[in-house]
Amino acid sequence: MNATSAEQASAPVTEDALRSVLLAGERPSRPGPVLTSLTFGWRALLKIKHLPEQLVDVTMFPIMFTLMFTYLFGGALAGSTQEYLQFLLPGILVQANVMITMNTGITLNTDIEKGVFDRFRSLPVWRPSPLVGALLGDLVRYSIGSAIVISLGLVLGFRPEGGAVGVVLSVVLLLLFSFCLSWLWTMLSLILRTPNSVAGVSMMVMFPLTFVSNIFVDPKTMPGWMQAVIEVNPITHLATVVRGLMHGSVPAGEIGWVLVSSVLLVAVFGPITMILYRNKK
Amino acid sequence: MGTFAIETRGLKKSFGKTHAVAGVDLAVSAGGVYGVLGPNGAGKTTTIRMLATLLHPDAGEARVLGYDVVRDAQAVRSRVGLTGQFASVDEDLTGVENLLLLARLLGYSRRRGRERATDLLDAFGLAEAADRQVKKYSGGMRRRIDIAASLVVTPELIFLDEPTTGLDPRSRNQVWEIVRGMVAEGTTVLLTTQYLDEADQLADRIAVIDHGKVIAEGSSGELKASVGAGSLHVRLRAPEQRAEAEQVLAGVLEVRAEPSADPAALSARISDPERVARSLAELSRDGIDVTEFALGQPSLDEVFLTLTGHAAKETPEEDAA
Ligand SMILES: Nc1ncnc2c1ncn2[C@@H]1O[C@H](COP(=O)(O)OP(=O)(O)O)[C@@H](O)[C@H]1O
Ligand SMILES: [Mg+2]
Repeated sequence: MNATSAEQASAPVTEDALRSVLLAGERPSRPGPVLTSLTFGWRALLKIKHLPEQLVDVTMFPIMFTLMFTYLFGGALAGSTQEYLQFLLPGILVQANVMITMNTGITLNTDIEKGVFDRFRSLPVWRPSPLVGALLGDLVRYSIGSAIVISLGLVLGFRPEGGAVGVVLSVVLLLLFSFCLSWLWTMLSLILRTPNSVAGVSMMVMFPLTFVSNIFVDPKTMPGWMQAVIEVNPITHLATVVRGLMHGSVPAGEIGWVLVSSVLLVAVFGPITMILYRNKK
Repeated sequence: MGTFAIETRGLKKSFGKTHAVAGVDLAVSAGGVYGVLGPNGAGKTTTIRMLATLLHPDAGEARVLGYDVVRDAQAVRSRVGLTGQFASVDEDLTGVENLLLLARLLGYSRRRGRERATDLLDAFGLAEAADRQVKKYSGGMRRRIDIAASLVVTPELIFLDEPTTGLDPRSRNQVWEIVRGMVAEGTTVLLTTQYLDEADQLADRIAVIDHGKVIAEGSSGELKASVGAGSLHVRLRAPEQRAEAEQVLAGVLEVRAEPSADPAALSARISDPERVARSLAELSRDGIDVTEFALGQPSLDEVFLTLTGHAAKETPEEDAA
């Protein structure tokens, strides 16, 4: 930090200016929960603007995975890289989004550690709005991540039979699920002490959740117990839905599954998060 | 209840086995500066966080501006400002973005919010730094934006948790000026500090706290008076005579004389001012030359030492970055 040059730039505090600014303060009426949440969402966007490097993991990771899996394993797994890409890309999209959700927890934990959260909690606003706002801001991240993965896929030869409608619908469902899943990370970040431990624990949950699923390969060749595990993993159902919609089918039962697990995630982790948030020391 | 800006009774908070706040009673009148003085770990921050509704007390009650901090938390939040001990604005955002964010959250329209942010930055000497990220600010500028952020809606009461810790003297003076300015406009300020001279200079009344308890309360004059009549400070021509002078003073004043940091100086608490002249005469008769002497009211330093049996931190470390 270069303190000296900054200090020179600052003018002294003048009594008159201070007085007039204190007297001029108005007392506007308190905004509602939607506006305060959106305002916190705006803060998240400002962070993306100031810290564009945070988008690197959002973009590099899925690009790497797509290229690696397609060209390393594509031939062996599906007979040809082109055929495998049709199967893999929707799965990668799911993995990318689910991975990006972890960022929510890490950001929140950093806020708490630094002390900014005390300021937010001391404001007379709807209490969940800082959290909801952060999650809304993250929707922008997910959208950017999704756009990149899909564009890369199209370049490499991904041809979604469901057309634009299918792609958009599947992304909307993905955003919904990601928003709901984020409450798990916000809960974790209120329990764990440092941003690093949040990242560590998130990874430990994340890897099995995304790999022990049907994202990369069809589970048909796996042992029965493994298939059973994969079958209860919500990520599997999400991948099935995204894959289905992108390729033109509408797996209604599976969509129901995804909606139910989304609601459950919020219903369970939302209130726990809010209780922890209220009682945070 | 009702006449005080802040009133607490038996306020308690523990973290596991640490009794951070162990039964605090405060009565803070509206207007003016109330100082909470105590060393690191005394329980200042924990007390403030309970008063600002961030922590639930384990026991006891607290009213801020007449509202219970637990039952009427939202009413308290809309009337007080809090400037925490650590970062209280978003370091990644610019100064103007931080203030605009708060203005929007507090109900300003986008246009009025921007005007308010600009006015505050101007008043706090931060106009030039408005579009710079706060993490690039110096220590003094950071503290000012922290305080400005608590004034987006002019609060009736503001909590300042160690507003000058770690600041260089110039920035410290600026913060003092801001505090005086706020008081002149009728805001009640509760500030915590580890620095005795800060409490002495700024606060109308002071609560000295240690190990989660208020061990003394009063104006700085009252606190000093409670310790005794004052003390005699003596500076010798020859530092090597200090031990001898200690003996002489102890003999006449009938109290222990304490060597000061200055190798040629020493001081003694006095109970009876009559004896001062005699003690000086005694020194000169023994051939000990005195170059300076002063009769002083006890410093808050001495007050603290007497009350707690250990010294408080004396001078701020100079650290602007
Ligand atoms: N969140 C916390 N968890 C555990 N211990 C804490 C916590 N906050 C404060 N303490 C402990 O409580 C005591 C008082 O702390 P604090 O109120 O921060 O003191 P001060 O602000 O006067 O330095 C200290 O011993 C500190 O370690
Ligand atoms: Mg503290």
